[in-house]
Amino acid sequence: MVAVRESPVALDLARIRGDFPVLSRRVNGHPLRYLDNAASAQQPSAVIDAVAEYARGHHANVHRGVHTLSQEATALYEGAREKARRFINAASPAEIVFVRGTTEAINLVAQSYGRPRLGPGDEIVVSHLEHHSNIVPWQLLCEQTGAKLCVVPIDRRGVVDFDAYLARLGPQTRIVALAHVSNALGTVLPIDRFIAAARERGIATVVDGAQAAPHLPVDVQALGSDFYAFSAHKMYGPTGIGVLHARESLLAAMPPWQGGGDMILSVSFGGSTWNHLPHRFEAGTPNIGGAVGLGAAIDYINRIGHERIASHEQDLLDYATARLTGIAGLTLIGTAPAKSSLVSFAVDGIHPHDLGTVLDSRGIAVRTGHHCAMPVMEFFGVPATTRASFALYNTREEIDALHDALLDAIRMLR
Amino acid sequence: MDLAELYRDVIVDHNRSPRNRGRLPAATHHAEGDNPLCGDRLRLDVEVAGDVIRDLRFEGSGCAISTASASLMSEAVKGRTRAETAELFGAVHRMLTGETAGSTQLGKLAALAGVRSFPARVKCASLCWHTLNAALAGSALPVTTE
Repeated sequence: MVAVRESPVALDLARIRGDFPVLSRRVNGHPLRYLDNAASAQQPSAVIDAVAEYARGHHANVHRGVHTLSQEATALYEGAREKARRFINAASPAEIVFVRGTTEAINLVAQSYGRPRLGPGDEIVVSHLEHHSNIVPWQLLCEQTGAKLCVVPIDRRGVVDFDAYLARLGPQTRIVALAHVSNALGTVLPIDRFIAAARERGIATVVDGAQAAPHLPVDVQALGSDFYAFSAHKMYGPTGIGVLHARESLLAAMPPWQGGGDMILSVSFGGSTWNHLPHRFEAGTPNIGGAVGLGAAIDYINRIGHERIASHEQDLLDYATARLTGIAGLTLIGTAPAKSSLVSFAVDGIHPHDLGTVLDSRGIAVRTGHHCAMPVMEFFGVPATTRASFALYNTREEIDALHDALLDAIRMLR
Repeated sequence: MDLAELYRDVIVDHNRSPRNRGRLPAATHHAEGDNPLCGDRLRLDVEVAGDVIRDLRFEGSGCAISTASASLMSEAVKGRTRAETAELFGAVHRMLTGETAGSTQLGKLAALAGVRSFPARVKCASLCWHTLNAALAGSALPVTTE
């Protein structure tokens, strides 16, 4: 079995679980065991309260009124931007664009950065393990510009082939778009090496950081990425808000991708002039409450510390890997040496949906399906997998419950 | 939430050993069903003679509910006319959605009654029926119940 990893700064799990109201509820007569964090993590009271407090006491439109509430809302909104800047060590708040989430961020880059620059013969490089949100925006761009999408292969462990990647980078490559961490497999890419190789060749880099931000410290200046995107709801924040980090020199040269209020300095029927960065890319009234929630989620993560979160999640990953591989007929899908805290698996003769139903009847929430990564499913020859993904509040006891429920499902269905 | 109601012995048996699985070289009609979010995929070959379903086979991959439903359906509609099949589909649909408790005409198909307590799984049980409908209608487009 697994050795217990003794951490000098172990998490106070009881206290942390107490921070998340939903974790005390029951589902189908059992305590909720929430193992679907890679889809959406739960929110602590600190986030829920910050959003409610904004709505109760400070809600108004931003960047517009001279009245007190508008100034307070603007301060909260811009304060959240500053928190996001520090969270990923961006050089300036002008580089932090609030978006709906990672998907919107990638679409923004494709349309505003990619579309004016790319033409027939140009190439965009992605890997085989990408989420649909880092495939489809590029396919749309290819249709619009005549550019070509190139795919870097993965191996049977779910590791992206770095040599094949280097070989793929050619004189026509304009954009490299890669996940920092795979949502379907958990693979952590050595993204710094991938970025460095692209930069040496003058290729723009776009990083889908949706699965990385909750688990790893991210420093965009150290990474040297041109674009880095993440979503609040994967990191204990609300849905509908995320961040696109963009290198200021690139952002300054990009045309707006949506027009409207807040993104202009002046408008006349003869033409309009664009607002300063990053507001040029935030047309319309933004998700102010969402940004406040993101800021509170960042505070929460910082208070606990990435190192302690990572150490606890590594323990959960090791424990889950050992327990699940002990189940006859269970195959882990995604066995990269560097993995985030999730286990994706297939059980011989049992469809993931049946597993999901049995687990749900025991109060265990997992994701079943293709995880918006159909090329990954195809690669491993499965229609779908079951995925248990862990967060800072999960426990070994919950993994035991998962293990026991899987044995019950196998007894019942096989 | 009673799992034993959903995964009754008949369902588990038909999932383990599906009847009428495979292809049908003499097929006069065929159609595909695809629930991509679940990963359920079904291909149905049907041999129709006159107004009667003489034979049918299915293949594909899916959950226990969709596989057992296709297997049970394949037994139930063999030898029936189009009109009888449509009537049976109506009765199955009413049972799955909880509109009726089921009727005697359902026979073994009544084993699927537990699905009504699991709304997310109704689409699994009904995929094969919609696919059969498409096959009989001569539709070339894949069917989905998602």
